Amino acid sequence: MTASKRYKEFLHQAWLSIRLPLTAIFFGLIVGALAMMWVGIQDGLSLSQILNLPLTAYRTLFNSVFGSFYGFGESLVFLVPLILTGLSITFAFRCGMFNVGAEGQYIVGLFSAAYVGFTFNGLPAWLQMITAIIAAAVGGGLWAAIVGWLKAKRGVHEVITTIMLNYIALHIYNFLVGSKEWFKADKFQGSHAINPAIKIPQIGLFSPSRAHWGIILALLAAIIVYIILWRTKTGFEVRAVGNSNEAARYAGISVAKNYIKAMLISGILAGLAGGIHLLGTQARAASMSAFTGFGADGIAIALIGQNHPLGVVLAAFLFAVMKRGAPLMQAQAGIAKEVVAIVQASIIFFVAADQMVKWIYKRRKKQVKEVASNE
Amino acid sequence: MTLAIEMRDITKRFPGVIANSGVNFQVKAGEIHALLGENGAGKSTLMNILYGLYEPDEGTIFINGRKVQIKDPNTAIKHGIGMVHQHFMLVEPFTVMENIMLGAEIANRGVLDFEKARSEVLRISREYGLEVDPEAKIQDISVGMQQRVEILKALYRGADILILDEPTAVLTPNEINDLIKIMRSLTKEGKSIIFITHKLKEIKAACNRVTVIRRGQIIGTLDTGEATIEMLAEMMVGRKVILKVAKKELKPGRSYLEIDNLTVRDNRDLPAVKGVSFQVRSGEIVGIAGVDGNGQTELIEAITGLKKLEQGSIKLMDKEISQLSIRQRYEEGLAHIPEDRHKHGLVLDFDIAENMVLQNFYQKPFSKGQFLNYNEIADYAERLVANYDVRTPNIKVEAKKLSGGNQQKVIVAREIERRPSVIVAAQPTRGLDVGAIEFVHRRLVEQRDAGDAVLLVSLELDEVLSLSDRILVMYGGNIVGELSSAAADEQKIGILMAGGQVSEKGMM
Ligand SMILES: Nc1ncnc2c1ncn2[C@@H]1O[C@H](COP(=O)(O)OP(=O)(O)OP(=O)(O)O)[C@@H](O)[C@H]1O
Ligand SMILES: [Mg+2]
Repeated sequence: MTASKRYKEFLHQAWLSIRLPLTAIFFGLIVGALAMMWVGIQDGLSLSQILNLPLTAYRTLFNSVFGSFYGFGESLVFLVPLILTGLSITFAFRCGMFNVGAEGQYIVGLFSAAYVGFTFNGLPAWLQMITAIIAAAVGGGLWAAIVGWLKAKRGVHEVITTIMLNYIALHIYNFLVGSKEWFKADKFQGSHAINPAIKIPQIGLFSPSRAHWGIILALLAAIIVYIILWRTKTGFEVRAVGNSNEAARYAGISVAKNYIKAMLISGILAGLAGGIHLLGTQARAASMSAFTGFGADGIAIALIGQNHPLGVVLAAFLFAVMKRGAPLMQAQAGIAKEVVAIVQASIIFFVAADQMVKWIYKRRKKQVKEVASNE
Repeated sequence: MTLAIEMRDITKRFPGVIANSGVNFQVKAGEIHALLGENGAGKSTLMNILYGLYEPDEGTIFINGRKVQIKDPNTAIKHGIGMVHQHFMLVEPFTVMENIMLGAEIANRGVLDFEKARSEVLRISREYGLEVDPEAKIQDISVGMQQRVEILKALYRGADILILDEPTAVLTPNEINDLIKIMRSLTKEGKSIIFITHKLKEIKAACNRVTVIRRGQIIGTLDTGEATIEMLAEMMVGRKVILKVAKKELKPGRSYLEIDNLTVRDNRDLPAVKGVSFQVRSGEIVGIAGVDGNGQTELIEAITGLKKLEQGSIKLMDKEISQLSIRQRYEEGLAHIPEDRHKHGLVLDFDIAENMVLQNFYQKPFSKGQFLNYNEIADYAERLVANYDVRTPNIKVEAKKLSGGNQQKVIVAREIERRPSVIVAAQPTRGLDVGAIEFVHRRLVEQRDAGDAVLLVSLELDEVLSLSDRILVMYGGNIVGELSSAAADEQKIGILMAGGQVSEKGMM
C-alpha cells in the first residue's frame, strides 16, 4: 500500500467509526429539542417562544464550553475523571468483563490519595504527590482485582461483585471521613485537609477555572491503554480472552490470570480517576451523600467510544460538555433540570442503543465453561 | 419441468474478493442438486444470498418462475426457503423443542402453545424419518442430532426448498446414510434440496444433478449419472487430483507419545475414557477410528490439556506432561488441530495474522520483552498464507470472514509450522475440498517422514485407512482393537467400531 492510499484508508475507517455516534448525537439533540418544546407547550408559551427554547438552550450549552477559556477549563475538570473511568470500563470490556465497579474503585482511589495527602506531610511535596497518585492507582487496582479473582477462581459474575463492592466502598469511605476517631476534620464534612503543596498545578490559560494539568495524565493514560491493548503481549492475551475464552484457553492463555490482570488494570484507571480528581480540585476527601456518577458515566462513555481509547476521549468530552453546560441551561436558558436530563439521556440512548444490541448479541454466544480449571 | 429456483447473473463482491461473478444457477422442483467447489469458491455466499443474508450486487432471483426480492431470511422463509448453515445456529442450553419454536412460536393469546407445536413437530419428524428427542437439550445431543433439529426447524417453518451447507462434514458414516435417506423422503414429497458437500462419493450416491463452481464462477452443471469422481475433482480444482498419498516406508523410531492407563470423564461427569494405553512412535501415524462419542474427544482433550484427566499418565518424549499447563505442553512440542474450529481453533474476531501466532505470540521473534513485533508476525503470516494456499485478500482479514475451509487451512498451517514433534490432529480435513485434503494429507505425511509422531482422529474411515500406519479402534471408552494398515480394511474396522470381535489373525 502506498502512503497516500493508506492515509485515505485510515480516514475512511475513521469516518466509518465516528459516523454512527455523530448521527446519534444529532438525533439526541433533536429529541431533546422536542422535549423542550413539549414542556414549552405545557407551560402555555407562545409559538415563537416555544421555537426559541431549544435554540437558546443549545446556544447556552455551546457557549458554556466554547464561549470562554473559563468555561472550557471547567469542562476539562470533568473531562479528566471521565476519560479515566471510560478507559477503565473499556479495558475490562476488552477482556469480556462488564466492570460496573468503577464507581467504587474511584472512591477507593480517591481516599487512598487523600490518605497519603494528609498523612505523610514530612515527605518532599513532589514525592508526596507522586506517592498519592500511586496510592490511588494501587488502591483502585486491588479493589478491582478482588472482582477478577472471584470470577476466575469461584466463577462469581463480575456485575454482582462490583455492585456490592461499590456500596461497601461508599459506606466505608463515609465512615472513615465522617468519624472523628478516624479522619474527620473538625469543622468540615470530610477528612483532614490534604497538604496544599501537593495539589496538581492549575492551567494558567484557563484561570480562574479549576482546570489542572491532570488532563495530561488522562490523555497519557489513553495512549498507554492503546499501547497495552494493541502492542503488547498482555493486550493480545486480554483481547483473546475477551473475544473467545475457549479459543484463548486452547491457545495456552490462562483465562483466570487474564481476568485478574484485566480487572487490576481496569481498577488502576478508575482509582487514578479518583486520585487525580481529588488532587486537582479538592482540598479534602469530602463525605459523599451518593455516588459521584463518574463510574456510571464511564460505562456509557466506553459504549459510545466503542471501547477504543480515542473514542473514549471523544465520548468523555461529550459528557464533560453536558456536565458543564447542564446547570447553565437550567440557570440561563430556563430549562428545567429534568428536561436537561432528558436531553442528555436521549443523546446517550441513541448512541448506546446500537452498541448495546451488538454487545449483548456477542455475549450470548459465549458460554463460560470450565474457566476455573486447567490453568 | 418447472424450476424451483433460478438465480440469474448473480454477482457479489466483498472488499478485495469477488465471491460470486455472474452466476447462473437453476434447481428443478423435486431434485437433489449438489453444489460443488473449492474452499472459498463462493458456495456459502451464493446460498446466503438465496436465503436473504446477503444482498447481491447484481442479478435476479426467481422462485417457481416468479421474480422475487429476498431482502432478509424472513422473506426467504415466506417463499418456502429453509437453510441449514455450515456452522449451526442453535441455542445450546435450550431444548430441541424450544429451538425449533424459537422465532416461529405458536401462541394462544400470548401464551406459548407448546402442545400444538409439539404435535406439529412430531408429525413432521415421523413423516420424514427425522427422529429426535424433543425434550433433550442441544448441548447434550450429538452433532448428527443437532443437524436433524436444524432440518426440522426449517421444515417447521414450511420450507419447500432446503439448503444444506456442508451437512455431512460433521457426521459419521452412519449418520450420513441416514441423512441421505431423509433427503430422499423429502424429495418424494416434492421438496427440492440444494446440497453442498466436498465429498464426491456422496454426490454420486445422493444427487440428481451437480453444479460446479470455481473462484466465483460456474464451470458447469451435469447429471450425476454422467459424471465420474475424477471428472468432478478436475472440474472443481482445475487440475488432476491425486486422491491417494504416497508414503515412504515406515521407519518408526522411539516412542514420542506414550499414554498409560488414562481415565477421563466427560462434561456430564461420566467416565468417557476408561484406562486407555497406547503409544505413538517417531515417524508413524496412528489413527483412531470409532463412532463419534466413544471417548475420542475426551481422549484428545486430555492429551492436549483442555480437559483434566482423572488418572493415568501422558508422556511426551519421555517427559510426563499430564500436569503441565496447555502452554507448557505446546512448549514441549505438542501441536493440536482441534475438532471444533470455531470454538477452539480460532479467535474469530482476530485477523489472520494474529490467529497464526495464537500460541507463540509471546516468543521470539514475534515479540521482544512486552512488545509484539507486528512486522515479524505479518511476514510469518504472509508466508504461511502463501505456503498453505489460504484464499484471502490479505492477512488483515478477520478469521470469521474466511470461508470454512480456509479457516481450517489457517489452523493446519499454524500447527504444523510450529515445528512440533507430536501432532494431535482431530478431523484435520473437516470441510476441506479434495485439493486441500490432498495437500493436508501430504503435509501430515511429510511431518511423519521427517520423524514426527502423528495421532490422527477422524470419523472418515477413508482418511484413517489411507494415512495411518497403525489403527486403533475405540468403542465405549476403550481401545478394542489394533490393526496394522496392511491388515486393516473398512469391514474389519466397521465390526470393531460397532463393538464386535475380529479374528485374531488381523490383530497385531
Ligand atoms: N462476510 C465476508 N466478508 C468478506 N469476505 C467474505 C465474507 N464472506 C465470504 N467472504 C469471502 O468470499 C469468498 C467466498 O466465500 P464462501 O464462504 O462463499 O466460500 P465457500 O465456497 O462456502 O467455501 P468453503 O467450502 O470453504 O466453505 C471467500 O474468499 C471469502 O473469504
Ligand atoms: Mg462454505
